[in-house]
Amino acid sequence: MALYTINVNGAAKQVDAAPDTPILWVLRDHLRLLGTKYGCGVAHCGVCTIHLDGDAVRSCVYPISDIGTKKIVTIEGLSEKGDHPVQKAWLEWDVPQCGYCQAGQIMTAASLLAQNPQPTDEEIRRAMNGNLCRCATYTRINKAIRTAAKEM
Amino acid sequence: MATVQTHLNRRSFLKLSGAGGAGLLIHFSWLAALAKENPQLEKAYELNGFITIDTDGAVTIASPNPEIGQNVKTSMPMLVAEELDVNWEQVKVVQAPLNTDIFQRQIAGGSRSIYQSWDALRMAGATARYMLVQAAAAAWRVPASEIDVNEGVISHKASGRSSGFGGMAAAASKIEIPKEVEVKKIEDFKIIRHSKRNVDGLDIVTGKAVFGLDIYTDDMVFASIVHPPAFGMKLLSYDAAEALSMKGVQEVFTIETYPENFERGYFDTNAFPELIVVTGDSTWTVMKAKEKIKAKWEPFDTHSIKMKGTGAGNASDQKVPAGRDTTEDQYAAMFQKDKEKGREVRKDGDPEKAFANAAKVIERSYTGPYLAHSPLEPLNFYANVTNDRAVLIGPTQTPEYMEQSVAQRLGMSLQQVDIQMTRMGGGFGRKLFGHYLVEAAVISQQIKKPVKLMYTREDDMTFGCYRPTYLATFRAALDQDNNLTAFHVKAGGIPESPLFANRFPAGAVENYLAESWTIDSNITTGAFRAPRSNFMGAVEQAFLDEVAELAGKDPIDFRLGLFNKAINNPVGKKNDYDAKRYAGVLELVREKAQWGRSKNGVSRGVAAYYCHDSYVANVVDLRMENGKPVIEKVYCATDCGIVVNPIAAANMVEGGSVDGIGHALYSMLTVKDGAPQQQNFNDYHLIRNNDAPRDVETFFVDSDVHPTGLGEPPFAPAIGALANALYKATGKRYYHQPFMVDVAGKYLPKEQPAG
Repeated sequence: MALYTINVNGAAKQVDAAPDTPILWVLRDHLRLLGTKYGCGVAHCGVCTIHLDGDAVRSCVYPISDIGTKKIVTIEGLSEKGDHPVQKAWLEWDVPQCGYCQAGQIMTAASLLAQNPQPTDEEIRRAMNGNLCRCATYTRINKAIRTAAKEM
Repeated sequence: MATVQTHLNRRSFLKLSGAGGAGLLIHFSWLAALAKENPQLEKAYELNGFITIDTDGAVTIASPNPEIGQNVKTSMPMLVAEELDVNWEQVKVVQAPLNTDIFQRQIAGGSRSIYQSWDALRMAGATARYMLVQAAAAAWRVPASEIDVNEGVISHKASGRSSGFGGMAAAASKIEIPKEVEVKKIEDFKIIRHSKRNVDGLDIVTGKAVFGLDIYTDDMVFASIVHPPAFGMKLLSYDAAEALSMKGVQEVFTIETYPENFERGYFDTNAFPELIVVTGDSTWTVMKAKEKIKAKWEPFDTHSIKMKGTGAGNASDQKVPAGRDTTEDQYAAMFQKDKEKGREVRKDGDPEKAFANAAKVIERSYTGPYLAHSPLEPLNFYANVTNDRAVLIGPTQTPEYMEQSVAQRLGMSLQQVDIQMTRMGGGFGRKLFGHYLVEAAVISQQIKKPVKLMYTREDDMTFGCYRPTYLATFRAALDQDNNLTAFHVKAGGIPESPLFANRFPAGAVENYLAESWTIDSNITTGAFRAPRSNFMGAVEQAFLDEVAELAGKDPIDFRLGLFNKAINNPVGKKNDYDAKRYAGVLELVREKAQWGRSKNGVSRGVAAYYCHDSYVANVVDLRMENGKPVIEKVYCATDCGIVVNPIAAANMVEGGSVDGIGHALYSMLTVKDGAPQQQNFNDYHLIRNNDAPRDVETFFVDSDVHPTGLGEPPFAPAIGALANALYKATGKRYYHQPFMVDVAGKYLPKEQPAG
């Protein structure tokens, strides 16, 4: 075990965890930030997506020992009132079915639009390809991203 | 107005009590429609829920059924709110508890939540409205018939008096429950048939929605399991020394989920009743520790397990064969069975004579693999078992059945077991089978602490309960005028047959034969979205496309001709579909997709299927790019009766169609010596964003008919339309799912033709 101070949603958090602990489990088990989900543990489904210095990363394979001073943003920190353009567009299109993957989808989409505010349809599909939606809401996800892009 | 009995039978009742001392709290329970059709199931199909009206006017409606993504948490309360005449924006929705006082159907399965609760939920709303009106009439000393209710306001025009619900809630709670109430006419609906967004939408997009995996308490320990690596094997011995030496690991022990003498219920399917359990102080601790347990496994002998009967004393034994299956051997065994005569399930006319006299005969075989449900939230459950009580919280499609299993396993009464439902991160049938609840309960009982049991993705994918693997062979006879004169279907699978003998085209062909067969296996299977239909609907529709082509007819005209026959001159009496509604969705999709129009480089396929009481027809438009289909558009025409919530219904049909297409293109679980060959999403392929249809457009038949299922019906016809479009694009027929895997080359017996 080792002590780490990490920056999560703008606040410094001290965590005592094994160095190989994926940041996903630090968020969930240690900090009780439960919006970030577990799906596969091997970075193949995207439900654990967070932002690390603005980049969308899979938190299930990212050990706490590699975080250093990088800033973590989770779904809980994406906006104060759930009014990020991507979140608003998700509500407008009524995207979720079961909802389990949607935090990860939203984090990937928000990172995409931050870095490429006017993506083509092809760029949207490529960026979102790592995020599985088992309910298969893909067409609504893509429509919502196009709506959100208009507000970026 | 229609009148609905509030007292449907002796067990249907309304109970009143004060809410927080002053408001109106109505508990209601009832028999669902299906109980009327199946009196023996009366007890199994009751539902329960409640309305609470606070004195400040806040209306809380509890949604009785488990929410799995089918959006019942929004649509079921909509039915209540409609008849209550409340403003939907002011309604708060909560998940109802499992009510163990009455046996109910709080199940997410069979696409039956709305179908079964249509009358009952409306009755509940109408009853509460009636009582509020009676209370106002008494308070204002005016006739109840002169009182209006609109958007949560009770008013009397002549006297100019009005009140919110809160003002009348206490008095209403003292009104005698009416023996019957009036419900609205369909044309007067203000909430039903109007799109209402997901009541949990904001919670979901902000990460606040609580799934089973999100249940944490300060005193709980974390648990993980180790199960045999292959079907047909059981635990011999294990060495946990290394795991126990790891920091944070607490205990390693074995549990028997279902001991040998345990009488299992229908949802107690479980291939691995003995497990190694590791507990520790965090999820990561137990995930790492389970990898360090050195276990030895041995093949088990053929044995039997005890299955509960439908009544006392009629339990039965179910055989579990020894052996370690391999996919190639399973396919070979299925094709061997296919050569033999099956069990005759239905026969009309003289099919063999018709085939002998045919001008043309066509025969084709189709296969479908095991599928792992793979809900993105893996199996998990929280359990806190003390001496006299068991509290379990998590994702389950069958809480009431698992309450029985847990009580039976722990030696407790039903009243001592409290199962609380969370939102589920998908299920698709997997979370009907609740061995993981029993495991969590047994672990908690053993360690005397609250526990959260969590499966890794690999555990979830390799634990069984798969969609069975299937084979169907169809044969059709045409006369010289290209009329369909005989139809023969022989279908089977491991371990169940997918056959529906009385579905289309039964009833539309003079000479018809349906046969069925099965092969045993120790690989466990269970209901997967649109059970059996998910295969039969797809392959039957692919075969009919080929028959239409052989007959030189347009595939829609060909099917409509058959429906015409089934409407005007049906063969047999057991046909379980409405040919007019079937034809209706085909006609609707033909119009909306502008069938017959050609677009450069785009190939089209069509299909229609009926299951779970609803009708869906699809047109798929695609083109091939580097050997893979790019699906440009899917048109879906659906007849599910009254559409309760249009925006959510469209979402369900869109997702169901893409789900069907995805599985048919990519997904397959194979076994070698009993061991699943795919363990995670790196090798088990689910459809992803870039492969998904670029657009799905949905259309619903305008209908005043009792609403029917929507979670399952869109799945199969989308596959049929896909297969038929792929043929148009490639000139090749696709017989073996998944289409993007060379199933014939890799797994099928060599003497079988590739198609």
